[in-house]
Parts: sequence; C-alpha cells; structure tokens
Amino acid sequence: MQCETPPRFQVLWLQAGSCGGCTMSALGAGPAGLSDLLESSNISFLWHPSLSEEGGGEVLRLLERCRDGSQTIDALLIEGAILTGPNGSGKFQILAGSGRSMARWIKDLAGRARYVVAVGSCAAYGAIPAAQNVPTEACGLQYCGEEQGGLLGEGWLSDGGLPVVNVAGCAPHPGWVVETLMALARGDMRADDLDSFGRPRFWANHLAHHGCARNEYYEFKASALAHSQLGCLMENLGCKGTQAPGDCNLRQWNGGWSCPNAGYACINCTSPGFEEPSGAFLETPKIAGIPIGLPVDMPKAWFVALSALSKSATPERVRKNARADHVVVPPRRPNSR
Amino acid sequence: MSELIVGPFSRVEGNLEVKLAIDDGRVAEAFVTAPLYRGFEQIMLGRPAQDALVIAPRICGICSVSQSLAVAKALGQAMGLAPPHNGEMAANLIHACENAADHLTHFYLFFLPDFARSAYEGRDWHAEAFKRFRAQSGTAGRAAQKARLAFLHVIGILAGKWPHNLALQPGGTTKSVDLGERMRLRTVLANFRQFLETQLFADSLERILGLDGPAALAAWIAERPAGEGDFRFFLHMADDLGLDDCGRGPPRFLSHGGFSDPTGRGRLFADGLWRNGLLEGLDLTGVREDLSHSWMSGGSLHPKQGMTLPDADSSDAYSWCKAPRLSGETMEVGAFARQMVSAHPLIRGLAAAADGRATVRSRVIARALELAVLIPAMERWVGSLIAHEDYCTNGAMPDRTHGTGLVEAARGSLGHWLSVEKGRINHYQIVAPTTWNFSPRDSAGRPGPLEEALIGTIVEPGEDYPLMVQHIVRSFDPCMGCTVH
Repeated sequence: MQCETPPRFQVLWLQAGSCGGCTMSALGAGPAGLSDLLESSNISFLWHPSLSEEGGGEVLRLLERCRDGSQTIDALLIEGAILTGPNGSGKFQILAGSGRSMARWIKDLAGRARYVVAVGSCAAYGAIPAAQNVPTEACGLQYCGEEQGGLLGEGWLSDGGLPVVNVAGCAPHPGWVVETLMALARGDMRADDLDSFGRPRFWANHLAHHGCARNEYYEFKASALAHSQLGCLMENLGCKGTQAPGDCNLRQWNGGWSCPNAGYACINCTSPGFEEPSGAFLETPKIAGIPIGLPVDMPKAWFVALSALSKSATPERVRKNARADHVVVPPRRPNSR
Repeated sequence: MSELIVGPFSRVEGNLEVKLAIDDGRVAEAFVTAPLYRGFEQIMLGRPAQDALVIAPRICGICSVSQSLAVAKALGQAMGLAPPHNGEMAANLIHACENAADHLTHFYLFFLPDFARSAYEGRDWHAEAFKRFRAQSGTAGRAAQKARLAFLHVIGILAGKWPHNLALQPGGTTKSVDLGERMRLRTVLANFRQFLETQLFADSLERILGLDGPAALAAWIAERPAGEGDFRFFLHMADDLGLDDCGRGPPRFLSHGGFSDPTGRGRLFADGLWRNGLLEGLDLTGVREDLSHSWMSGGSLHPKQGMTLPDADSSDAYSWCKAPRLSGETMEVGAFARQMVSAHPLIRGLAAAADGRATVRSRVIARALELAVLIPAMERWVGSLIAHEDYCTNGAMPDRTHGTGLVEAARGSLGHWLSVEKGRINHYQIVAPTTWNFSPRDSAGRPGPLEEALIGTIVEPGEDYPLMVQHIVRSFDPCMGCTVH
C-alpha cells in the first residue's frame, strides 16, 4: 500500500497596520519554537515578512500568483489593523515595492484564500490603531470595533465556508495562533467553534478570571489599592478579568504567568473596543462606590450583597497581604498558636 | 543611471521600501521610505496620563518593553517618583531580557539567513551556512528559537506577558519575586548562558567581553576552526565578503545610556555623544525633527514642542518618517553607538579602522558583544534583589506636569517627551531608534544614516532584491514599527 504525504497547508502571513507583536508572540510557540511546531504539524509559510528568506520582487511575484489564483492559499493570516485612510485611499499603508495599498492587497487575496485568520485584536477589530483622534480610518477585517463590517463586510465567508477567524488578543497567546492553524489545516474547525465575535471558542469559552492566582483575594474582596500589591485588582485598579474572554490563567504565558498574577490589571485585550474603556485603563470606574462592569452574567444586587458579606468575613491574613507587595502574614499552620 | 525600487523587505521588523539610483553598478543615491503611519502620538492626546502605559508599548511588538520603560520613566519624572532598588533591578532584568532576546532574534532569524541564499552557492562556506542558517529550517536558527522562548521566562517571572505588559510602572515594577522565583531566574539565565557559550561563541562570555581590540578579535578568530561557534563562523563569512568595508554610516553616535548598575560601575551603558572623534555629554537640546521630506505638516521642532500632523499630499515627501537631527547632523544609534559611547576598546578599535564609522560587520559584532555584557549583568542584578522589600513606590499624578523618558532599545536610542494638563496628556512625541537611522533627507538635503550607508554599494546585474543592500539594511536591525508610530 502506498502512503502519500499529505500536501502541506500553505499559509500566507501579511502585516497590515501592526506592531509585529503577534509575530513575536507566535515565535515562542510550543516547546521548541514556531518553526519546529509548524513543521511537525505539516504547515508551512508561503511567505512570512519576519521569517521568510524571500523579499522584493520575489515576493511581489508570489503575491501576484496568489492574486490571480495560480498559487493556492490555504490560510491568509493578517496581523494589524487595516488602514483605509486618508479618504478611503489606503495611502497610510502602501505595500512596499508594489505601489498598492495594503488594504487593496488584503481584499484581493482574501477572496482567494480557503481561510482568513485575523491574528490579534487589531486585524480582528481595529483595536488601538482604530482608537479616537486618529485619521487612519483603521478597522478590522470583518469588524470595526463591535460592529460587523470592516474591510470584508458583514456576512463575508471565505472559500472554506468560515467567516474571518479572530484570534484576538494584544498580543494573542502563541498557543491560540498555532492551535487555530492546526485545526484549520486538519479541517477540524467549524463555524460553531467560533463565538459571536468570531473568536475560537477553545480559548474564548473561558474568562481570564478562571484560574487567577488572586482568587482568594477576589473571594473576600480584599483589594489592592496600588499596582504591585497582592490583592484583587478588580475593585480599584481596572482589572477586567471577570469579563475578558481568554484562558490566560489556565494555559499561562512565558513559562507559567499571566497579567494579573504579574501584578497588573487585565485590560480585556481580546474584546472589540478594549482600546476605549469608559475611564482610565488602570482605574475601576464606579458609581456610588460600586464598580460598573461587574462580572459577566452576574446580577448586580447579588454581587453587592456577596461583596458586603465576604468583606465582613475577610481573614486578617488576606486583608493585610492584599495591601503588601509580598506575603507579610503566612497562612496559619494547624499547630501554631 | 537606472532606478530600482526595493521592497517589501523580509526579516526587518515592519514595512520598508528603498529606492536606489544606480550608476555603473553602484548605488549613487538612496531614498528610504517608511510606508506605514498609524498615529500613536495622536491617539495618546486627551487620554488620562497613565493610559500611556497601555498604549505606547503597542507601538512595537519587538521593542515593547523599551517603549514601556520610556513611558514609565517619563511619567515617573512627571510624578517625581523614583523606584526602590528592587523595582530598579527588576526593570533592568525585564528590559535586558528583551534587548538580549532581540539581539539573538536579529542574529539568527533576521540577519544570517541571507548567507544561506543561493547567490552565495560558490562560496566554500555556503553548504554549512545553508545547514545552520537557512530561514526557518536552519539548525542554528531552530536552536535559537528554542533558547529564546526559554530565556523569555525572565520576563514571565517578572512581568507575566510579553509582548505588551504593564509591569513597568512610574514607581517601579508590579511583581515581587520570592526566593524560589529568584532561583528560577538563576536557572533561566544559566541555561541561556550555556546556549551562548556553546552555540554562539564556543567560548566563555567573559572571554568575549575581554576582547580589547581588532587584533585580539583576529587572534580569537584564528584560534579555532572557522565553524566553531556561529559568531566565529559569521566573522569568517563576513571577512570573505568584505563586510567590514560595507555600509559605512555617519561618524557620529548617540546613546541615551541605560541600566543603573549598583553592582558594577554605576551605569552599565554610558550616555553621551561621539562626534568628530570626541566624546561629549548627552545634550539633546539641539534635536530637531525636520519634516521637509516627510508626509507631515508643521515646522522643524524639538520633540518637546513638535507635532504630528500627517499630510499624505505634502510635496517633496517620500516617507512617513520624520528626520531627527542633532545640531543639524545625522546620528547613528544602536549597539555599536552605545559601545562607542561606553568606550568598549574593541568597538572603538573597529571604528578607528573604518574611518570612525560603523560597518555591516562591526554593527553585528557590537550586538554579539552586548550579549556578553548583558547576561553577566543580569546575573548580578538577580543576586542584588533584596528579600521582603518593596518593588514599587506610588504617587499621585500632578494636574499639570511634564516628563522625558530616555532609554536604549536593542536597536538604539528611544525618547518619549510628554506633558500633562488637568491629569490628561496634552503633548506626546516619540523619537525612536530607527527614526534616527532610517530618516529621510532634511531641508539641507542631507541624507539619513542608512541613505548615506548605502551609497557606493554594488548592485549585481539583474538583482531586484540586491543582497548587499539587504546586508546593510539589516545590519542596523531596523524596527519600522517604532520608526513611524
């Protein structure tokens, strides 16, 4: 019996209005790095701006072949917001050497790709480059913030039958990027594997709050007053972990860490519109002393009642440690007095 | 005279186009275009001051920590805060980790794959270079990816996420480390040192650090076979291709300095200027961002006063990049500039041998040398962390204030200038390393450092992505994301 090697899953990665951080994050995938993991998953780059050998005319000719359909694209990955300004001209980003706007290239190439993936919140929703006060007319591939539309339009589907797959995050976890690609390559990702904002549910079904190392402080509403303190960051310091989709505290970053367990607020970077919080990023907006933006799906009255109850039951150890940057009162041992 | 437009460039951070005027097979004139504008300085205006901690790092995913540190320093100055010892050392470690990881990424993933290209098939080293450095599949590049992700655990332990975290605050850092975490930091550093001492140098970091001039370097190269250590192998290829004669920039260097080092000589990297063969103190009052060839409107101003008003139709313009000049002159920034200013004898010696300028070869050497400087310093800083003491001081933002944050990113000098009115940002200007290095011409017609470095470069017949141009461009380790923010 003959055993044929399946054809490689061919990925074209382009950087639109990006910082390159999604690439930098993805590079740290797996136990041995991105290249190793992709090879073992039978995935290869047609071109990646930071990792590929080719550039200049070689790349422009490749892109032309992709555009006229003579070269297959299994997945088109876009990193960065799409800059459509000024006045719809796309001149805020011209693809070097081509004289054409990146927005135009992406629109053409998306129509030829089996799947289109937004890597990071910029490509998904616009994110920081689409914040207020800026003339770039930035948007995401299929969203402008929470509104459907974007460059490709509401209801757009790729040849493979999926909308844009939004691997949101600023930057997204390397595992989210690579596992999405692997699932697409195997044909394992279906429309119902995406949530209402196009995010893969394998990570977006969780909240960043799940597995937070500050859980005891959260339970007792023992809150930090300043960054670097050990207490819960939700009441005062702007943490949105209870609202933010992501398995950040379950899968963990850079060898076992996350934003809140490194001492600073989750800013909900996987969600459309995170770039425009209702107040300052690092302060929790409150009405009559009660934080607005409570945990998703929790009735406000219950939250207030439970908070009052748990605050009255806070052990001294938890209360004191919450306001220190290292543990000042250790847990009491059964035999100690 | 013919014209060649080169782009898109691979293996540089971000978007870059270079237009070449070629005369008799050599570059007569070069015009460097940064073809992307996002508008971070505009986005920052009107925001609560501390929002800059969230927004500014997102300018760049490879210099994220450098951007964070520049904001934190500027806000710290504006608030009158000084980090406690632990916060200062933790910030050093986070920043040094990013800078060293960037040097590694540049060497193995951005710069060396060029030597595996088929154009070099006739060279006696090509087969070995192909095996080690070919983009994505080279054995050394793979090993470097693995070493890099393990090394980034330094940032994990001290700052959680990378890129883009909020661990660096105006008054210090947000994460104290316990005894076990300090030991884990030691393990991560020991493993990275081992990678550098086996794969990169095939020698101890201290030996590399002690190379005190071009003669000592030449003797070190000759000590062992060419392939022993990727650094020695690079030098072998560089000498074969004459890279010490290519890509000469201006004989002027700038360093903002960095890394307070109570365990060493006060500051690991000195600040200052090197002009006309002389070291001067760091005085940035003469900096102006010239807009004559930028798609920007407004006058030529110091970043304390400057504005960012994009204008896609401005005449004579060919880049979104502004053109920073110091007293009307271009300055080169980066590892080579830092070590010139810090008076490392090897780097001073290499400059002396090249008309006082940096070259493709010497810029790469300076980066490798800095790996040998940074890792032992990081080991010292971990040792200096004091148990049970604070990492951060806190304070209030004055209603009206201003601050400047000057740091050294891996690829050179980065400055943030901000002012605050009623607690909100009313002025924000950034001058990034590659803004200096890849700036367009100014109103006097003076080319930017890369534009100068490309003049005279050989372009082989039929090349539309000239290899030597690529070597020169990459030798600066450009970050176009930062360049135009």
